[in-house]
Amino acid sequence: MSEENGSETVEIFIMGKKYEVPKGLTIMKAMEYSGYQYIRGVGCRGGFCGACATIYRLEGDYKLHTDLACQTTVQDGMYLTQLPFTPAGRENYDLEELEVSNNSLLDLYPELARCVSCNTCTKTCPQDLEVMDFVNEAIRGNIKEVAELSFDCIQCGLCAARCPAEIPHHHVAQLARRIYGKYQAPDSEHLEKRVEEIDAGQFDEELDELVNLSKEDLKERYENREIEA
Amino acid sequence: MREIAYYPGCSLKDTAKGFEDSAISVSKDLGIELKELPRWNCCGTVYSLTDDNLMKQVGPIRNLVRARDQGYDSLYTLCSMCDNTLKRSNRLVKKDEDKLSKINNFMDQEEDYEGEIEVKHYLELLRDELGWQEIKAKVKEPLEGIKVAPYYGCMLTRPKEIGLDDPHKPSILDELITSLGGIPVDFPYESECCGSYNTVDKKEVVLGKTQTITGGANKAGADLIITACPLCHFNLDSRQAELLEVAPSHHPVPVIYFTQLMAVAFGDIDVSGFEKHAIDPEPGLNLDNTVVSKR
Repeated sequence: MSEENGSETVEIFIMGKKYEVPKGLTIMKAMEYSGYQYIRGVGCRGGFCGACATIYRLEGDYKLHTDLACQTTVQDGMYLTQLPFTPAGRENYDLEELEVSNNSLLDLYPELARCVSCNTCTKTCPQDLEVMDFVNEAIRGNIKEVAELSFDCIQCGLCAARCPAEIPHHHVAQLARRIYGKYQAPDSEHLEKRVEEIDAGQFDEELDELVNLSKEDLKERYENREIEA
Repeated sequence: MREIAYYPGCSLKDTAKGFEDSAISVSKDLGIELKELPRWNCCGTVYSLTDDNLMKQVGPIRNLVRARDQGYDSLYTLCSMCDNTLKRSNRLVKKDEDKLSKINNFMDQEEDYEGEIEVKHYLELLRDELGWQEIKAKVKEPLEGIKVAPYYGCMLTRPKEIGLDDPHKPSILDELITSLGGIPVDFPYESECCGSYNTVDKKEVVLGKTQTITGGANKAGADLIITACPLCHFNLDSRQAELLEVAPSHHPVPVIYFTQLMAVAFGDIDVSGFEKHAIDPEPGLNLDNTVVSKR
């Protein structure tokens, strides 16, 4: 760590090249500070889109760490690279045509059965999901459990990059959530009722009124809107 | 109610659901609650004989770590394949410090495993901890006159280092049948391999084995066969139904899990899960003195 222009800095290595960057920056900002420009491998910058997967090691530490570049601040002696895309096969399927059974996930992703429960996926996940547990649920055919355990998956693909059994966890989990959402999750009656009301034109008048407002009137309405306490 | 740590294994959550449901039900009758581990992974399915590939031992050992972390010192299994894999992995690391330390180093995030867990099969609980008298006392519908072939297969008794009975002349299932009021039949194929995973790509091997085993049980006069293994069950039940198509003279013998037989004798027939079986077990149990015929 050293001082540069009166502010604290840290030394990082981007793809092996040394840079001195201000302390407290995220990996993403530190890379931009160092002169890199993101064209891909960046998205929401808020930890939701999963585009900025990063792999790094810290000096003197044998462990390979994984995280999102937009969510992690740089540390002194960080050796890092971006992994914006993990080649992982996503099977083609038509959700409408899919025959749903306990074996649906295994049928499309038979490599699931190669899992040796090494837990590397769980250790890798920047979202701290129990990835190996949902892979095991997938093998058991428990689609609901896979959907629930993987709900916060942001599809960064780091698990698939590290898996010795070459399982595309994020694609499997996405399929499980799709099947669960379409075929298994209980219907929400209030939603169906509201859709019926909309279809029956119950809100057309109010909507038309809003659509026809001038920009100024719309602004005024927005500013004076009622907000729940 | 005594709580015991229970490891189901994948099959008991799907194809062998009737095995689990009946086991939970008869356990309640016996004052035992099967507490499923909150998190568990595949047992490894087949014990790896590759001496230097410890990766295959990580999965089974992690299940033992999770049981230990729940505060247990024993982990109970129902599936004889899971029982075999977990016991053998446990044995391996208990007798080989180097391998255990390598696995512990790899697992990393868990607290080191020091061999704290004893893996036990449910049948061992019945025989060694409860005793046959206890089982006998819970029988409401004795299986009078029902002839049952005890099918041990490979995994319960072999290799003998981890087997729960004499591999050459096992008797634990015979004793269970007797306790339930049934008649155990002696048949020569009680420890014959069912063909195991050949069922995937060499079905003809399994069809042959199924014919030998179920045909042998029939010859010995068995009304039904009991097993503790979901794979044996699949081979002897589903493949037997296929066998009937090519060998119509074959006399079908229903195959059920030993806990399902207990459920019938304890009067818990509603949890049997017989509707999932390819060979209907009810004719094998269809005697005047059982609840089945009273329904």
